[in-house]
Amino acid sequence: MFEGIPITWFLVVSTIMFFVGIFGFLVRKNLITMLMSTELILNSVGINFVAFNRILYPGQLEGMFFTIFIIAVAAAEASIAIAIILNIYRRMKNIDVEKINEMKY
Amino acid sequence: MFDFTYTVWILLIPLILFVLIGLVGHKFKPIVSGIVGTSGLGISFLLSWYTAWKYFFVVGRSGDAFQQIIGYNSVWLRFSEKLHIDMGVLLDPISVMMLLVITTVSFMVHVYSIGYMKGERGYHRFFSFLSLFSFSMLGLVVATNIFQMYIFWELVGVSSYLLIGFYYERDTAVAASKKAFIVTRFADLGFLIGILLLSVFTGTFDFITLTSPTGPAIGTPPAATFLGLSVMTWAMIFVFIGGAGKSAMFPLHIWLPDAMEGPTPVSALIHAATMVVAGVFLVARMFPIFTAEPISLTVVAWVGAFTSLFAAVIACTQFDIKRVLAYSTMSQIGMMMTALGVSGFGGHEGLGYMASMFHLFTHAFFKSLLFLGAGAIIHAVHSNFMYDMGRLHKRLPITHATFLIACLAIAGVPPLAGFFSKDEILAAAMHGNPVIYIIMILVSGLTAFYMFRLYYNIFWGKDTQYEHTPHESPKVMTIPLMLLAIGAAAAGFIPFSDFISTDRIPFESHLEWQVAVPAVLVALIGIGIATLMYLKVTTWPDKVAKWFRGFYTAAYHKFYIDEVYLFVTKKIIFNYISRPVAWFDRHIVDGAMNGLSYVTNQTSNRIKGFQSGQLQQYALTFVSSVILLALIFIYLWTN
Repeated sequence: MFEGIPITWFLVVSTIMFFVGIFGFLVRKNLITMLMSTELILNSVGINFVAFNRILYPGQLEGMFFTIFIIAVAAAEASIAIAIILNIYRRMKNIDVEKINEMKY
Repeated sequence: MFDFTYTVWILLIPLILFVLIGLVGHKFKPIVSGIVGTSGLGISFLLSWYTAWKYFFVVGRSGDAFQQIIGYNSVWLRFSEKLHIDMGVLLDPISVMMLLVITTVSFMVHVYSIGYMKGERGYHRFFSFLSLFSFSMLGLVVATNIFQMYIFWELVGVSSYLLIGFYYERDTAVAASKKAFIVTRFADLGFLIGILLLSVFTGTFDFITLTSPTGPAIGTPPAATFLGLSVMTWAMIFVFIGGAGKSAMFPLHIWLPDAMEGPTPVSALIHAATMVVAGVFLVARMFPIFTAEPISLTVVAWVGAFTSLFAAVIACTQFDIKRVLAYSTMSQIGMMMTALGVSGFGGHEGLGYMASMFHLFTHAFFKSLLFLGAGAIIHAVHSNFMYDMGRLHKRLPITHATFLIACLAIAGVPPLAGFFSKDEILAAAMHGNPVIYIIMILVSGLTAFYMFRLYYNIFWGKDTQYEHTPHESPKVMTIPLMLLAIGAAAAGFIPFSDFISTDRIPFESHLEWQVAVPAVLVALIGIGIATLMYLKVTTWPDKVAKWFRGFYTAAYHKFYIDEVYLFVTKKIIFNYISRPVAWFDRHIVDGAMNGLSYVTNQTSNRIKGFQSGQLQQYALTFVSSVILLALIFIYLWTN
């Protein structure tokens, strides 16, 4: 189904997603939005894996297995992150990341 | 072959008692420490006399000579096959004689101290230190090798420090103990250099090997020289410097008069009979090597003669009775050193050696008697000074009689012990060096004079009114005085040359009239002048002091030697050496350390901003570093 789409297009997409995610992580103030950016990063990596799997190892499935892994781990990690954010909100009444800076010198 | 291994107990009993009394003595009544200490030393005393009898009369001889018997030996540090430091007991005529002297005097001092120190704070501490001292001194004289002797030498110095500073709450006592320890330690540096020179060039520490006529020191001496003198001469001179410090020879004598700050039994034991003769003993022990290097022996003789005269002159002007006795000790030890210095080797040539040891033996008796008597007098009158005393001959009869016997003995009046030993010294000096002989005669005259000056000022002279009537001391203090007086009187009759000689072969020595008559005459003149000046209160002392005005003032101030030392240390050494070194230490060494910490502190202050707690800043740092690394790996890494 995907023959004819050059690999570069997949890689460009995943790179753009990756750097958008990093940009979002570094710039956004809301913790939940930062979490969304993290998800973007993880998914971009997943796309990378699948694309390379299709091109380099057509008969094997390791890349796809690893991508399923990544999705599962991302889901677990997101739930933990939500739990942490809820606790932070209860303590600080605020989820602005610039206000949460008590662990410093 | 008789087994002399038990002799190691002569040393170990005082050591065990030191630890025992020191640790648990305070839990019992004070008198218990006194009795335990004295009994322990009494056992050592009995063992020493038994050893002496066995050695000199039963088994010591083999053929003509007394042998050098190793009673006990254990190798402690082995550097190489031939070079090792042992701990052991060497029995030799002089070491057995010293065992007798040390244990006898120590035992008498212990008995005396039971009474003298009664009521003092720290009674048990005193007895534990006395035991430590006895152990150290005994170890010194029976040492089999020079390094063991050095170890015990230092131990003796420490015991002396502890005992002089016994009344540690008094500033003067603390200063005196520090002075004694520092001056003798300084001299011991010379001793150590001498030991190192000896052992490096002969390859051994052992006395028997070093002093054997065919050994590496005498038979085949090392050929190296330095500034014209052979290495062995230098080694012996340095060893003598160590001995001179301990024996209070000029100019290392400054500690001895100040050491009188300690309790009087300490002065009797350490600074009259035992520790101060350690230097003389050292020279006697290494005598064969000294005779092989005549220059070093000349140094010994002249230092001894000068010190003798110097101290005798100062003693004529002092008013503190213990100081007079201290200078007297210095003078007598000077005579012992001189006798060694003018001695030859072998048979009658070694008369000086025998005379020196003989004088050491008799001097121990009458000097400790004098000090213990002075202690009794001070105890009765509550003052150290002659001008607070007078007319005590009726009130302190036993002390008076024993003190008089001791004064006659030290002045050299026959038939007391001092006459015989001093006579032998004068005979040796006459055969050795006429100038030294004249100096010795002069010193004998001065000795008689100042001792009787002391005697008359205390027991006759002016009729002082006393606040508390002086009373005779208790029996526990007077019995040692009487026993020592018997020794001072009778010890002269021992035919010493049958026991002690340079090559350990007994020889004949007779009384030479041409030496004895001038000696007794000079002594009688000295006593006579003292009687004229001091028996009754006269103006003669002040008149004589005026005749000699400048010289008298100088002698009264001990020839300003202490001031010279103070000047050299305070103005020169402190200012030009200590201050720059202290500045360097405070500013440069400490400065470097402080600077290091300052730099660390400042750096940390500047970079603590990195830990801002801002999560996104951390993430930015992380991402930029990863990108940087990736660029490096892709473009710059050439493998």
